[in-house]
Amino acid sequence: MTSTDIAKQKLVSALCAIALSVGFAGGAAAAPIAPQDVKVVDDAIAASLTGSAGDVEAGKKWFKGRKAGNCLACHANDDMASESFHGEIGPPLDGVGERYTEAELRAIIVNSKAVFGDETIMPSFYRADYGNRIAKSFKDKTILSAEQVEDVVAYLRTLNQ
Amino acid sequence: MKSKERATLSGIALAALLAPGLLVGGEVQALPEGVETVEVKPTSKDHPLDEIISGWQYRSPETQALQEDDFENPAFLWVEQGEELWSTVDGAANKSCASCHDDAADTMASVGANMPKWNKALDKPVNLEQQINLCRTEQMEAEPWKWESAQLLGMTAYVKNQSRGEPVSVQTDGPMKPWFDKGKELYYTRVGQLDMACSSCHEDYYGKQIRADMLSQGQTNGFPTYRFKWQKIGSLHRRFKGCMKNIRATPYKVGSDEFLALELYTAWRGQGLPVEAPAVRQ
Ligand code: HEC
Ligand code: HEC
Repeated sequence: MTSTDIAKQKLVSALCAIALSVGFAGGAAAAPIAPQDVKVVDDAIAASLTGSAGDVEAGKKWFKGRKAGNCLACHANDDMASESFHGEIGPPLDGVGERYTEAELRAIIVNSKAVFGDETIMPSFYRADYGNRIAKSFKDKTILSAEQVEDVVAYLRTLNQ
Repeated sequence: MKSKERATLSGIALAALLAPGLLVGGEVQALPEGVETVEVKPTSKDHPLDEIISGWQYRSPETQALQEDDFENPAFLWVEQGEELWSTVDGAANKSCASCHDDAADTMASVGANMPKWNKALDKPVNLEQQINLCRTEQMEAEPWKWESAQLLGMTAYVKNQSRGEPVSVQTDGPMKPWFDKGKELYYTRVGQLDMACSSCHEDYYGKQIRADMLSQGQTNGFPTYRFKWQKIGSLHRRFKGCMKNIRATPYKVGSDEFLALELYTAWRGQGLPVEAPAVRQ
């Protein structure tokens, strides 16, 4: 074993220790609900996927991030006027926090097809149990994590003019 | 259709006077060099679209301008290379393309508009790239060119360019039928983590902005196409691959039977549209 290998191994075990201690220290912070266990009832998902509320600022980031939600690819949003290139595929999301409840917004993002029907072009962001020819690096993964979904929900709730 | 309201053609006589410009909604609109229209009506009543529109229509005026004049069009670097290769002897048989086909302007005048074509010997369709390589291996006894190599792109662009202005017309019946059906199935099958089909973007939302890009109908009459993003010319199959990767799907291989079937089907969706190759895209 070379010295760099040993250094790497030390680093890995140190990181594991940190991860463990965070897990224990968190105590009540349960694992997020698995995608296959999420149920859409009456176009809504009542409970937070993580058990806690999302972060508005982070939600903004996922909303416009091309590698994350990339919601802006399809939806215009006046709140992000400084961003160039808003999409025209879906409806503008201005005032969407008033049109839908938190539970409804969560359902739209998690499983757009359960709400809009199978024909919708909008991706389902928290499903991992379906799809053809999914690229290897995305297989069995959701587009957004449970935390990211909650962050986006929190952000959309602020869009209420 | 969901696409933006499109000004209808008026004053055709005047437009003809002002040729090569096209009169749209009272304004003279330029056209890609070598073609007289970028929009035709479908002739088949089974066609899913009620207007067939070239991808040129959806590009910015700056991008369009590069295709209004062959001297401006960066793809012509490759066309010129193809022209040179046309009469370059290669292979054990000591032949060039010109040895068998003489002047491409005569012998290749419509080939590019009719690909993919049925190949009896192989008992399957072949597209232009594949036909060029068949000529190389069977007639010239030369090595086939690699897909996406400068040589194959150059020759494909050169041959296709001889058909510029010719309406796309591919055979879809007879032995082509199963290939057409397979291509259609692929076109409408959702794939990838984003779970979309070609139709999700190019049939349902053409004319709409998807972030920085205006979606076109995904027509194929401009290929091979120079793309700024690629900084070079690229094949149709490379474009197919790109679209599949964007929706996080595992793409089929360039030159695969799947892409060949898709090429046939998408060519039919553009049946009647004049060949524009080589086009310029963003
Ligand atoms: C590829 C296109 C696309 C993407 C990406 C997309 N959407 Fe949508 N969205 C749509 C379409 C289209 C609709 C309208 C429903 C329909 O026609 O299927 C819609 C509807 C909605 C609605 C309901 C709006 C209303 O006024 O009724 C919300 C909320 C929404 N989307 C949020 C999001 C969020 C948040 C993201 C990113 C995490 C996102 N969308 C990503 C296409 C998209
Ligand atoms: C998420 C949306 C999306 C999907 C799904 C998609 N494409 Fe595209 N495609 C684009 C965009 C954006 C462009 C570039 C702008 C344009 O020309 O439409 C493009 C360009 C093209 C072009 C070039 C058109 C031209 O004039 O240069 C072809 C051909 C094409 N797509 C075919 C396909 C095929 C076949 C499929 C299915 C395997 C497919 N696309 C799936 C978004 C998509």
